[in-house]
Amino acid sequence: MKRDVCDDNVVCEGRQEEDGSVQPVRETSISLDIDERLDVRRILEGLENYRSPRRPWHWREGRGEPRKIGAFEYLETSESLKNSVPLPGSRGFGYIDPQPDCVITTEIASGRFEDDIRRMRMAAWNGADHIMVIRTAGQSHIDSLLEGTTQGIGGIPVTRKQCRATRRALDLIEDEVGRPINYHSYVSGVAGPDIAVMFVEEGVSGVHQDPQYNVLYRNINMLRSFVDACESKKIIAYGGQLQIDGAHNANATAMEAWKVMPELMVQHAINTMFSLKCGIKPENIALSSVPPTAPPAPCMRIDLPYAVALRDFFRDYKIRAQQNTKYMESETREATVTHTLNMVISRLTSVDVQSTITPDEGRNVPWHYFNINAVNTARQSLNGLDGIREMVDINRDGPLGERVRELKERSILFLEEMLEVGGYFSAVEEGFFIDSAEYPDRKGDGIIRELEGGIGADSLFKRADDYFAPVSVHFGYNNIPPQFECASEAIGGDTFQDPSKIQFIDELDEYDNVNVRIAEKQKYYDNPNLVRPEVEFLADGVIVLTLMLPCDRRHAEAASLVIGERMGLSDCEIIHCQVMHPAEGTYIEMKGKVDFDIDLSKLVLPEVVETLSESEIREDVRERPMTVVAGTVGEDEHSVGLKEILDIKHGGIEGFGIRYHYLGTSVPMDKIVDAAIETNADAILASTIISHHDIHYENMRKIADICIEKGIRDQIILVGGGTQVVNELAVEAGMDVGFGRGSRGIDVASFLVKRRREMRKGRDES
Amino acid sequence: MTDRRDRDMSSDAIFEERRRHLRHLSDEELYTRFWELTEKLVEPLLQAGREYTTPAIERSVLLRMGFSSLEAQAIVRGVIDHGLMGRGAGHVVWKVSEELELSIRETGLSLAEGRHWDVAARLFDEVVS
Repeated sequence: MKRDVCDDNVVCEGRQEEDGSVQPVRETSISLDIDERLDVRRILEGLENYRSPRRPWHWREGRGEPRKIGAFEYLETSESLKNSVPLPGSRGFGYIDPQPDCVITTEIASGRFEDDIRRMRMAAWNGADHIMVIRTAGQSHIDSLLEGTTQGIGGIPVTRKQCRATRRALDLIEDEVGRPINYHSYVSGVAGPDIAVMFVEEGVSGVHQDPQYNVLYRNINMLRSFVDACESKKIIAYGGQLQIDGAHNANATAMEAWKVMPELMVQHAINTMFSLKCGIKPENIALSSVPPTAPPAPCMRIDLPYAVALRDFFRDYKIRAQQNTKYMESETREATVTHTLNMVISRLTSVDVQSTITPDEGRNVPWHYFNINAVNTARQSLNGLDGIREMVDINRDGPLGERVRELKERSILFLEEMLEVGGYFSAVEEGFFIDSAEYPDRKGDGIIRELEGGIGADSLFKRADDYFAPVSVHFGYNNIPPQFECASEAIGGDTFQDPSKIQFIDELDEYDNVNVRIAEKQKYYDNPNLVRPEVEFLADGVIVLTLMLPCDRRHAEAASLVIGERMGLSDCEIIHCQVMHPAEGTYIEMKGKVDFDIDLSKLVLPEVVETLSESEIREDVRERPMTVVAGTVGEDEHSVGLKEILDIKHGGIEGFGIRYHYLGTSVPMDKIVDAAIETNADAILASTIISHHDIHYENMRKIADICIEKGIRDQIILVGGGTQVVNELAVEAGMDVGFGRGSRGIDVASFLVKRRREMRKGRDES
Repeated sequence: MTDRRDRDMSSDAIFEERRRHLRHLSDEELYTRFWELTEKLVEPLLQAGREYTTPAIERSVLLRMGFSSLEAQAIVRGVIDHGLMGRGAGHVVWKVSEELELSIRETGLSLAEGRHWDVAARLFDEVVS
């Protein structure tokens, strides 16, 4: 029997490992510098010759092993990154950055891939290793590959050049962070097989492929959609890509999303079985599953049984847990809470790929930092929930178990009736899908498609007896001439076997392409010191103002626009508005544009204070012992920050041999000065966290005044500290120094030693 | 038709009535049933995939034979115009190249430009006859 996949004579650039996996070739002509922005012009240079070999899906390394990170034992992590930006809260834990065991997805597609790749780099540093690119509006209906780098709408035109450039950038970025990155897009629409081929050729690792999506949401002819899908899936199977289905769209489309669960299970099943039969391995088939509801609905009680039922029936397949979009409004905080609850479900059940939805998706095409926020919501929640199943279990004895059983039965009834009416096509013709009642109830508002209708209805051709496709991977009937063992022998190997045969088209539109866009922003490319704020595109100038106005909503909106105008912003637009009370207040977030650049080289930066080395500080303190008194002054009960500065366990000044007398919180100003006199202290460390009406600076001023009154000011060092403290203002208030947010014990110790040296020197000189 | 459409019944009652034959099944039996039904449902879809081809499938073949998307599109258009889709676009290119002793790439480019279709028609008519 002839083979429909000729795999053994693969000539692929990159190193073929013994287990058959292909190690990608590495970029040698360019490299990334952590301190420099990624310059897309270098990515585009010689791109026609850049080869991204087959890139099968990559799961994180080191899953399923307990791991000690910092002070903690983790149960659900993977290998750490070489370079990353840890979560802000990690400051209290020695800047650890545990990487969850599941792949984390972010969707990036602003419309300009050259700006997206910088965002991808930021996302990778924040823990994303699955970068999904949304296609430009209308690409599904183009009966061919798109070429070039035209600007997209609501996504980007996914083309060979765009894919290759993005993959090339990701090849560099993954080396920088130290973990392979899966690049992903869509094999759908009327050019599915074309795209599937291009994706294998260009190193795409993950794809969406689900013929039902074409049928229901893109009105592509049913038969065409499934016939194309057979070839696409065969190619995807060869590529070793992870395939994600499109069932979650039913959830986003149905009027009452929580009622379509039986149908969702049926849609998942159809694509899963269909893919399996086309040759995709079970471990490369992923369900795109979304918790269907969101607060204020009691979503956990509704969504959890569904998640359990799904994982029961689909136990051999992977779960790509997507976050809810259906009930998102413009408030990013609300979306973040919903998404966090979604991840509780992920951790209580299972998750292989945790996808993220940017919290601003309810208001616009995602912005740079919202991608990062979304990835961090996942990283933070998954870190926090690490190992929770060791202590919390799902109780199947009771309502959850009953509901799980019910959902399974409903989905089976759905399948039974589909067969009863004549199969898939008849069921769609009868409007079985996206009906908003809970099956077997039916509302009659389902999407109806006719077998003879839809885009591409007249484009199916029966294969003749001598039908022949001379390629190494092909689905279905193929009459390979007897002289060939493998079909592609007829042409001396296809592009999967000999990538040098791939034809690269650069640009087709001379006015709409990346080179034109770069030329428009030439000055920013040529001079990286020239910056303007941006949210999507290089130097788009967009900034956001948050305002709270003490009035009703309509006036608040109108007033905000006037405020924006008076501040010199253009194109002001309210992106979020929330009533705090009908009359007392309205919260507004408004975007606007600035029309000026900042030249970084002309900025006067505050001096970076060099700290003395630890040994130099210790040496100095050993020679001349140092004592300080410390406390939180005024009516202020905060103590954590100061203790971190003092305590040896937190790297505080104690560790350098400095003795301290801690007076506690809410210490009166005269008391702290008296204590300094009594103990003959070298310094007073006054912590002030509360900052209303500048009370922190007032208190510092009082301490300084008391020291002057008592005649000790020139013999003592006064240090003010607190989260809202700015050095210059503390000095203005009579202190020697002010330490703000993020200060460490060594900063304070170093200052104390230096200042004491200066004071001694001053005394010696006088 | 099923009793589902009987509007006199509440939706809960419809479900209770319909599920009767599933009630006694174990969870594992439900699992098996779910996948057996699904398999039955997709078989005709796969069969269609074995028997039919489409412009997209043929373009995907041509891409892999070393043609650009624009070239593949032009060749497939010619194949459709000459009624040869059932034979396979890649087949047409290969067969003409054999006949004319030209490379695959040269042959495809010629066909994309509208040349050699007479040869293609002749070669495939011969097979039919």
